[in-house]
Amino acid sequence: MNRRKRAATREKFMTRNFKITGLVAAMMLTTASFAQAETLRLLTWGSYAPEELVQKFEAMYPDINVEVTFSNNEEMIAKLRATGGAGFDLAQPSHDRIHAAQLEYDIYKPMDLSMIDTSVMESSHLEGVKANTTIDGEVYAVPHQWGTSGLMANKTMAPDFKGWGDLCDPQYAGKTSMRLKRTILLGTAFSMGHDPFAAYADLDEYQSILDEVAEKLIACKANIKAYWKGGDDLSAMMLSGEIVASETWDSTAYKLYGQNKDIVFVPPETGALAWIDTFALPRKGKADDAAYKWINFVLQPENVTIMSGSTGAIAAVKGGLELLPEDKRNAVTAAFTAEDIANLKFFANIPPGVEDMEGKTLERIKAATGG
Amino acid sequence: MQSDIRRLSLILLFAPFALWIFLLIVLPHIGMIALSLREKVAPRVYEFGFGNYIDFIQEPIYWNTLLRTGSMSILVTFLALLIGFPIAYYIAKIAGQRSKGALFLLCLIPLWVSDLIRAFGWILLLRETGVASTFLQWTGAIDQPIEFLYNDITVVVGLVYTVILFMIVPLVSTLDGMDDAMVEAGYNLGGSGFTVLRRIIIPYAMPGIVSGCIVVFMLTAGSYLTPILLGGKNSSWFTEQIYDQFITRFNWESGAAFGFLLLAFTSLVVWLGLRLTGQTLANTVAKS
Repeated sequence: MNRRKRAATREKFMTRNFKITGLVAAMMLTTASFAQAETLRLLTWGSYAPEELVQKFEAMYPDINVEVTFSNNEEMIAKLRATGGAGFDLAQPSHDRIHAAQLEYDIYKPMDLSMIDTSVMESSHLEGVKANTTIDGEVYAVPHQWGTSGLMANKTMAPDFKGWGDLCDPQYAGKTSMRLKRTILLGTAFSMGHDPFAAYADLDEYQSILDEVAEKLIACKANIKAYWKGGDDLSAMMLSGEIVASETWDSTAYKLYGQNKDIVFVPPETGALAWIDTFALPRKGKADDAAYKWINFVLQPENVTIMSGSTGAIAAVKGGLELLPEDKRNAVTAAFTAEDIANLKFFANIPPGVEDMEGKTLERIKAATGG
Repeated sequence: MQSDIRRLSLILLFAPFALWIFLLIVLPHIGMIALSLREKVAPRVYEFGFGNYIDFIQEPIYWNTLLRTGSMSILVTFLALLIGFPIAYYIAKIAGQRSKGALFLLCLIPLWVSDLIRAFGWILLLRETGVASTFLQWTGAIDQPIEFLYNDITVVVGLVYTVILFMIVPLVSTLDGMDDAMVEAGYNLGGSGFTVLRRIIIPYAMPGIVSGCIVVFMLTAGSYLTPILLGGKNSSWFTEQIYDQFITRFNWESGAAFGFLLLAFTSLVVWLGLRLTGQTLANTVAKS
């Protein structure tokens, strides 16, 4: 074989080789995209991704896989902070937990509102959340579900229960409960005639309010049976009659109403504290399209009913109350009058530093030997 | 050639251990130290400093909780030893060869269930409307339901139950190696039961006692679920403070400092314990 011929063969061989490689690579790419059918990693609250909806969504978009991680506000932020916003594609923190977390840790990315059908959303909630979560002109969250924190009471045993302060009323000694978190601090502040949200602007004033609240709650310790830590132990105490009233999430109260019609949610006379859980995109999320699809999917009326049935919260869409499943709607109408709704106190953005002040106050209350 | 092979096999055998220690223990701890020495001055701005440790010293709530956790852990360790020793002695020395395995297995079974479930078991038993209170009312011993839950005694009981196995296992394995002839010789020489226990059995079991106590103490001081779920209004546990710093207050810097303080404190207690009882790690734990 002469030299030239050999070179030609080699060239031919090489081109063929390249072709094969190209083909294999192409095949690998296509299989990869098939096998990896996009994954939507949700970071959300327990019950915010009911199996029924997840299956319906996956049937509708066969190339999207939904992975759900259940969490709460604090853990969501801690998880995203640990990775700089990676590991999840859609998170659902409450509306007051976005502004400061974004400023401090840069864990979310701005939303493209044109991808979301915002026309179905209740405009007051949408505008409220936008106002709360706009940084440098960019919106970081849209509303999903809203609910309140307030009180619940067993009507037969505590018929006159109506304000945060009643938790400390000696006539219910040993028969009330609360969760030792920021909600009870804020509620107690309102019941003492302060407006803690207004005081966020002046942290010295807020500290003096917190000191007063701490004093009151330490004195109140003897009245409390135990601090509840999650919906389950609260439900057990309430259903067994070990306690007659408690600070609570409304959804827990609605669930209990389904089992015992005497247990009702009581919006405190100073106003129930309202939160809105939102949709926010983690900064290093990889499936924004799938995330937008999920958002639009759960906002559709028939899905709203399934979602609210699972969460016990009201969807932030137009006519959200009517879209509740019947039992939940009855529980809500049994609890709220139109005035109560008008009197809601929406959680204000938590400015940096407040969490620390509140944390210290809570520690002081826990460590005090009041009762 | 021969020595090369020996060295290679030594390196290969040692590598997993070294990697484990380095990657999973040493590196994260270095990260934690670095984190604990950062002070937050403004959002996203940090400075080097000892502020987190100074905060701890200045705030009595923190060190009181640490001391509380430490003293309750010592109590739990002591109770676990008191209850675990007779059980271990029975399994190792008195039970027959066949029942020995079965008894050991019975001790292990609770470990097959997670901490959380075991804590809920206690809650069901001890709550005001729970099994214990209802039973006592039924027998007529009490006429009002009693709340056994949510106090420090419940926490101690729950912790002893959770950790006692880690006391029994090392004790059984040390006592198992003891020759019965030694005990017999003790009696033959006129020793009373107490003298035999004090002069022969306990000294022999010392390696097991020390390693059991160290493991149990460390596990108790670092436990989270049991004290949280069974504890009451006033029962703070130091791990809860660490969790709060990390999660609810987003203060990782001070959480890391607390983590380190807990490590230093428990190590100090173990060292003191060894010194006070005149033991060393070399002739106890390394032997068992």
